[in-house]
Amino acid sequence: MTETKTDELVGRGNKEGADLFREWFDSLADAAKNGRGAAYVFVMGSMAELLHVFDFPLVLPEITSLQTAVRRVADTYLAEAEDYGYSPDICGYVKADMAVQLRGGQHPMGQIPKPSVAVMSNACNTYIKWAEIWERMYGIPLFVLDVPATRQAGGQFQPGSSDFERDRKYVEAQVRELITLCEQVSGKKFDIDRLRESLGYANDMNEGWRRVLELNKSKPSLFNAVTDGTVYLGVSNNLRGTKKGSQFFKNLVEEMEYKAAHGIGTQIVEKYRLGFVGVPCYPIFRRFSEMFTEWGGNFVHSTYLNFASGGGNLGYQYDVNRPIESLAEGYLISVREAMDNMFHQDRVVIDWVKNYELDGVVYHPIKSCRTVSTGLADGRRAMMAATDVPSLFIESDMMDKRVVSEAQMKNRADAFFEGLASRREMAKVAQT
Amino acid sequence: MTLRLFETWQNQSLEGIFAECRELSEDAELPTVKRWRENGGKVLGHFQVYFPEEIAHAAGMLPLKMRGAPVEPTHSDSRFGSYLCSILKTNLELVLSNRVELDMFVTHPICDAARNLAAVWGRNYSYPCQILYLPQNANSKASAEYLRGEYDRVKNDIEALTGTQVTDEALRNSIAVYNENRSLLRKIYEIKRKQPWLLSGFEAYLLMNVGGMILREEHNEMLKAAIPLIEARPAKRQDKIRVVFEGGFCEQPPLDLIRAISQSCYIVDDDLLIGLRWILEDIPLEGDLLMNMADAYLEKSTYSPVQHDARKPKEKMLLQRIADSGAEAAIITAAKMCEPGLEDQVTYTKALDEKGIPYFVGEFEENMTSFDSMEIQLETFTENLIFS
Repeated sequence: MTETKTDELVGRGNKEGADLFREWFDSLADAAKNGRGAAYVFVMGSMAELLHVFDFPLVLPEITSLQTAVRRVADTYLAEAEDYGYSPDICGYVKADMAVQLRGGQHPMGQIPKPSVAVMSNACNTYIKWAEIWERMYGIPLFVLDVPATRQAGGQFQPGSSDFERDRKYVEAQVRELITLCEQVSGKKFDIDRLRESLGYANDMNEGWRRVLELNKSKPSLFNAVTDGTVYLGVSNNLRGTKKGSQFFKNLVEEMEYKAAHGIGTQIVEKYRLGFVGVPCYPIFRRFSEMFTEWGGNFVHSTYLNFASGGGNLGYQYDVNRPIESLAEGYLISVREAMDNMFHQDRVVIDWVKNYELDGVVYHPIKSCRTVSTGLADGRRAMMAATDVPSLFIESDMMDKRVVSEAQMKNRADAFFEGLASRREMAKVAQT
Repeated sequence: MTLRLFETWQNQSLEGIFAECRELSEDAELPTVKRWRENGGKVLGHFQVYFPEEIAHAAGMLPLKMRGAPVEPTHSDSRFGSYLCSILKTNLELVLSNRVELDMFVTHPICDAARNLAAVWGRNYSYPCQILYLPQNANSKASAEYLRGEYDRVKNDIEALTGTQVTDEALRNSIAVYNENRSLLRKIYEIKRKQPWLLSGFEAYLLMNVGGMILREEHNEMLKAAIPLIEARPAKRQDKIRVVFEGGFCEQPPLDLIRAISQSCYIVDDDLLIGLRWILEDIPLEGDLLMNMADAYLEKSTYSPVQHDARKPKEKMLLQRIADSGAEAAIITAAKMCEPGLEDQVTYTKALDEKGIPYFVGEFEENMTSFDSMEIQLETFTENLIFS
């Protein structure tokens, strides 16, 4: 009976996630075929809950771009954008998408529909510069959802304070303006009950995401935050606020609860519990992970899962009885959390060292993304001052193979694990 | 104004004033800031591009525009990764190397790198290090009210730090000082546009640049002394191409690069230190002063690659700047690793291609010391235009 249950549950999240991902791309191809204008949105602050009310197909260009790297064809896309005039020193996602647009939406996983509107939060400034390209190419309206974030380390404004209320009002006013814009672009009237429905599904997903991340405190950990976690993250973004997304996370929680109860970990014997800070190395996605799993190192958490889920890790629950106000408050709190996981990552990691019982932390700043990478070296210094946990700092990129030196990274990873092993031995000796 | 931070320009010829401004601009020890502190003053350092300095000024602080410096980032390098613009590193280097001491640091969400600075700074210093969230949705009806609240928040923090209440009277006085300063800078730019042979782009830059490191009253005094001398200059019109320089909104090109461009071209307009000239009209001195400042930031302001405003498409604004200044060509630059600057280079060049306006494209870094090849390319560019 248990074996049957194990067969049924273990690995289900990865399989369902992959299927849903494929389905999402197929739905985009259908939308393109039928000439439906999409809403182009971003993972941090997508406003998917609201955009579903107007039946926009949602394109997440960060995800379509990174897929060119995972499928090892990013270099041709980057080269096309650079031939057009873009610098090798700007975000690789922007350039891969630019090439997709120049190719009329052709993408290795299917046709991408053209945009009819773009919505971007300020969580990443490059979102705005990126969307300005579509504005020029297609003459579409852009909407910047401006979410004021933490002003000073540890100084988040809390609900009930006048500062928080000022920020919340600003976000709410923008949400209402976005509703008006969506009505104009889609030609559909806003339906508050559909928003309630979408928020309900998002609640399930947020709670599921929070619980799944929490369950990975288990020993051994239940999933690899860099590889498996990225699959789950894809669903949390692509299907945000949908029935399928809701069901996926209910199933995923069931799987993880089961694994935790039965002590089922990942496919490796876990020797070292690691934290990952930054963005994955998509050009060598599997190989990068293997550099750590080969030594028995498993990533039990990643800042990527927090910020690239738009702060979904907090598990914010919308109040469907006051949907617009609550949507504004939820975005203010969650997108702020996403930004905190980039700018104030030291605080997050110091907390994980204790609560996830980390043996080491891997920092992976990348050339393409200054939002995430600028403060990592300094954050690492703070983490090292506050804890006794070793860390590894390796720079590469999320898109551009030209700055990914696999052999050098492997050497650094090997040396890191040798250090971890010798440290463990010394600790044993000290105890005897 | 009793304390003077920068006196050496006084009783000098115009050339002498330029020389003093250059010396101060190149002095990475920031002697004016040191003098201010020695007299018990507090300093608010703010990152590029725009900060409402009037608020700090009204509290009796010295607002210091942190625009980078000609220093090696020997201490700050270990705080950052490899793929970053220079200005981030040199600004932090100024404080880590004790060249300048601050009482408060403020950055802005202008770009992905700069918005990290409040956290980086805050991990290294215990004084207030924060981000002023200038609105990124300039087109929302709620933006002005939100920004007014944000200014009020900063005002409260400054009051707590200095122990000085910023009264309406003090703020009104400060706004008047800054209105005058912006008006004088507009005059400088008017001369550049109308009679560029009277004032080179390099000279104008020197006069403007020192404004960010001294009291603005002193800057006004200096500009008021310099402008009549410029207007009376016996300089003659030369056969130079009139250009707009674009790309200096944040990190600043080395002085010698600006000088080199000025030798072969008339820089009739530019975006160098655009934050000092962000507000285009006087801010009203009546009514709700913070709201007036917020309104001016959003409604009476120029443009830059780091502010999205549907009413101000960057390429349209550049073409307008070129038309208004009667420029024949543009120099489109970006600081190395500057994401917004590099992205808008493409925007600008496509628009210039469409209009058939010649342009020169380049990248710079504030600490670059050799730009011979750029000089030669630029000379070739201008000669081609002159003789075509």
